[in-house]
Amino acid sequence: MSDNLHPGINLGADHGSDHAGAEATVFGFWVFLMSDLITFGVFFATYAAASDVVGRAGGPGPLELFNLTSVGLQTAILLISSLTCGFSALAVKYKEGVAKVTFWLAVTALLGLAFLALEIKDFADMAAKGGAPTRSGWLSSLWALVGLHGLHITVGILWASVMMALILRRGENHHTKRLMLMFGLYWHFLDLIWIGIFSVVFLGGLA
Amino acid sequence: MNLLFGRLGWTDTPFAELIAHPSVNTAVASGAAGLVILGALVTTVLLTRYRLWVPLFRDWLTSVDHKKIGVMYIVLALVMMSRGVAEGAVMRAQQGTALAGGFLSADHFAQLFSTHGTIMIFFVAVPMIVGLINIAVPLQIGARDMAFPVMNQVSLGLTASGAALMMISLVIGQFATGGWTNYPPYTGLAFNPGVGPDYWLWAILISGVGSMLSGINFAVTIYKKRAPGMHYMRMTLFTWTSLCTAIMLIYAMPPLTVSSAMLALDRLLGFHFFTNDLGGNMMNYANIFWMFGHPEVYVLVLPAYGVWSEVASTFSGKTLYGYTSLVLATMAIAVISFTVWLHHFFTMGQSSSVNIAFGIATMVIAVPTGVKVYDWMATLWRGRIRLTVPMIYLLGFFMLFVIGGMTGMILANPSIDYQVHNSTFLVAHFHNVLIPGVLYGVLAGIHYWFPKVFGFRLDERLGRVTAGLWVVGFSLTFFPLYVLGLMGMPRRLPDFDDSAYGPWVTVAGIGALVVLAALAMIFFTFWYSIRHRDRFAVPLGDPWDGRTLEWSVAAPAPEWNFARLPQVRQVDDFWRAKQDGRAYAPIEEYEDIVMPRSTAFGLVIAVASFCMGFGIIWHIWWFAALGFVAIPAAMIFRVFRTDTERTIPAAEVREKTEAWLAAVHAATPVTRDEEDTPANRGRAVFEGNPA
Repeated sequence: MSDNLHPGINLGADHGSDHAGAEATVFGFWVFLMSDLITFGVFFATYAAASDVVGRAGGPGPLELFNLTSVGLQTAILLISSLTCGFSALAVKYKEGVAKVTFWLAVTALLGLAFLALEIKDFADMAAKGGAPTRSGWLSSLWALVGLHGLHITVGILWASVMMALILRRGENHHTKRLMLMFGLYWHFLDLIWIGIFSVVFLGGLA
Repeated sequence: MNLLFGRLGWTDTPFAELIAHPSVNTAVASGAAGLVILGALVTTVLLTRYRLWVPLFRDWLTSVDHKKIGVMYIVLALVMMSRGVAEGAVMRAQQGTALAGGFLSADHFAQLFSTHGTIMIFFVAVPMIVGLINIAVPLQIGARDMAFPVMNQVSLGLTASGAALMMISLVIGQFATGGWTNYPPYTGLAFNPGVGPDYWLWAILISGVGSMLSGINFAVTIYKKRAPGMHYMRMTLFTWTSLCTAIMLIYAMPPLTVSSAMLALDRLLGFHFFTNDLGGNMMNYANIFWMFGHPEVYVLVLPAYGVWSEVASTFSGKTLYGYTSLVLATMAIAVISFTVWLHHFFTMGQSSSVNIAFGIATMVIAVPTGVKVYDWMATLWRGRIRLTVPMIYLLGFFMLFVIGGMTGMILANPSIDYQVHNSTFLVAHFHNVLIPGVLYGVLAGIHYWFPKVFGFRLDERLGRVTAGLWVVGFSLTFFPLYVLGLMGMPRRLPDFDDSAYGPWVTVAGIGALVVLAALAMIFFTFWYSIRHRDRFAVPLGDPWDGRTLEWSVAAPAPEWNFARLPQVRQVDDFWRAKQDGRAYAPIEEYEDIVMPRSTAFGLVIAVASFCMGFGIIWHIWWFAALGFVAIPAAMIFRVFRTDTERTIPAAEVREKTEAWLAAVHAATPVTRDEEDTPANRGRAVFEGNPA
């Protein structure tokens, strides 16, 4: 059995039938992520189309609303969480035990929460400065795009929490390993999307 | 507005409207609502009377068997189609009597064309196609099930949940009046504060997620679950077209979900994606919607092309002509279909060079489609042709679909489109491709695979009458609309006073009656065939001298499909096996087969998503929250379950398979002359290639 049945994270031949058995599931999840990428793509395109004078409709723009310090901090937190998420995947792959897996999952989820808290605070600040989504088409598309990513992060935190409970209860088996592989893909994917948002929305907006 | 019932009140039924304003118009609305209630009541009574609740729950609603899920999709589609066709007939009746004043209000007529389109695309065509793929693809690639059987059930549940929202909109409240595309700003809060557009949005959002999941499931099944030796270029054309459809669903459903979600945000939270003021841009809706909408057309028609390929080959006893070219044409159509969406709004004001680019792309699609039609005709050439029901649909398709394609070429030219857009010419065109293309294909497919699922054929005589009625009914109903369109009659017109339209709308009205008869004949064919199922039984599994793997097993196909996974050597492997004497070979060693256990998970998701949708539509927030929370709760509950699989012991597989094999070897094979006689028990004389 080949070591690389599917690209990205995988279990490796050491895991025997769990490795081969994960193939269809993980491949399916890749396909789902491709579909999700289209979803984000359409939101990105809408954001780009609304980023003009007409879209802003006389409302506040990036200069008035964006807090680059906070966004920078969020970026750093999310990138670190990707690293810790990677540690949990490696702990599964190299059979380092349930304790390590759940520890790194917990760190990942907490970093996710920190990210989310900062993001929500930014949203609240924006709304206080007259930047609510009901103000203009541009703000609608901004809130929807960033909010959709935040929603994904929320789902990810929930997933990580359930994952921890499941692994503590059932240990590592073919089922939980598959879920871990998918969680890893999911979390890294959200990182990728955030880099897009950071570059296009925040850096692009302030450039 | 109150906490318990949101904006739902006692007056939100057509019955209250009928009492307040008695007229033919409100009577028709009440009649339709009454039919929904009556239908539900009759079903409940019958299920109770014949004690079928438990079997329905145990054997169907909780089943994860791809064949049963496929059947449920098609049953759902047939129920919805009955409503869609009836609505079409009522609209024809309104236009047929328009010169005498008609009988419907403009608003009611607008609801009719909106629900008709929405139902026919999302809740008839899609479930029919998805149902056929479910039934046939795992059998054709030599798999025991889909890649994700439980997710398959969830897809069905989400589709049914959307369909239920469509049905309940007849009884409670009113549906949207913005057409099947639900274009803002008309469907925005400013112009349509009622529940109508919300019904559309949530039916589409919920069922759309189901379709996307179906796409993932089909793609992964075809990529990863093929039997040993089933290389890509040995797959049946139906599998190929299903693969392309799956890929298209994966990429085309997200734009629909996004455009609907954005419009929902506009309506619920006051966002400004598509409003007239504060930076909204409704043209963006048209763009996003048709990024889904155009590929959707090919999502529907490609599997129908797959059916034509199977039918042409099987019923002429020949290998498909130009297999490779058909595969390439399918792929080409799938790709090009993503580059033509703008032809749905040539008149929206973009520059003529943009229009020309999309016009050319649109015309280019005709090339691979033409390749296919020639390939099918060449397949029939000098074949051992039997004029079975699917072949009659194929002949109808050949004649009518080519005309529809030609008028598509006319519409693809932006300067002509400016003249006829938004006229009944367009209505005639898309019905001309969707009915002979998709519907005939699905009906042919149902007739073709029915014996594989149920173990008996459908009556050929009645099937031929049905097919004939569809051909005549379609032609009478829709060809006049071409003429009317060229005369300048706009689409979606509730009344008019130009008497020149009179004769043509009358002919179309008569055509609608024929279509109604064709619909009735479908149900009569089922009823008659079920009653005489002994005469039509084909338990040995190969009623049509089939060529592909699905015909190599018993009928109905066993739960596990294949007792031993087949080893595939070439295209048309089963036919070659019959030629080489490899078919029906004894199996030396049987193995335990692990199959997924039945579960109510899909059903729970269906109910929860319905509650969520209904709650949001009517602003009953506690109800919506209940449904919304139930979905992740059910998922978490499911993830902790451990008894999700069951093992079918080798002995049971052996017993059933050996009994079937013994019956096959004891049977007298029939020639193709006896194909539609009771002598056909599903074992075919090997007749070789046609002379």
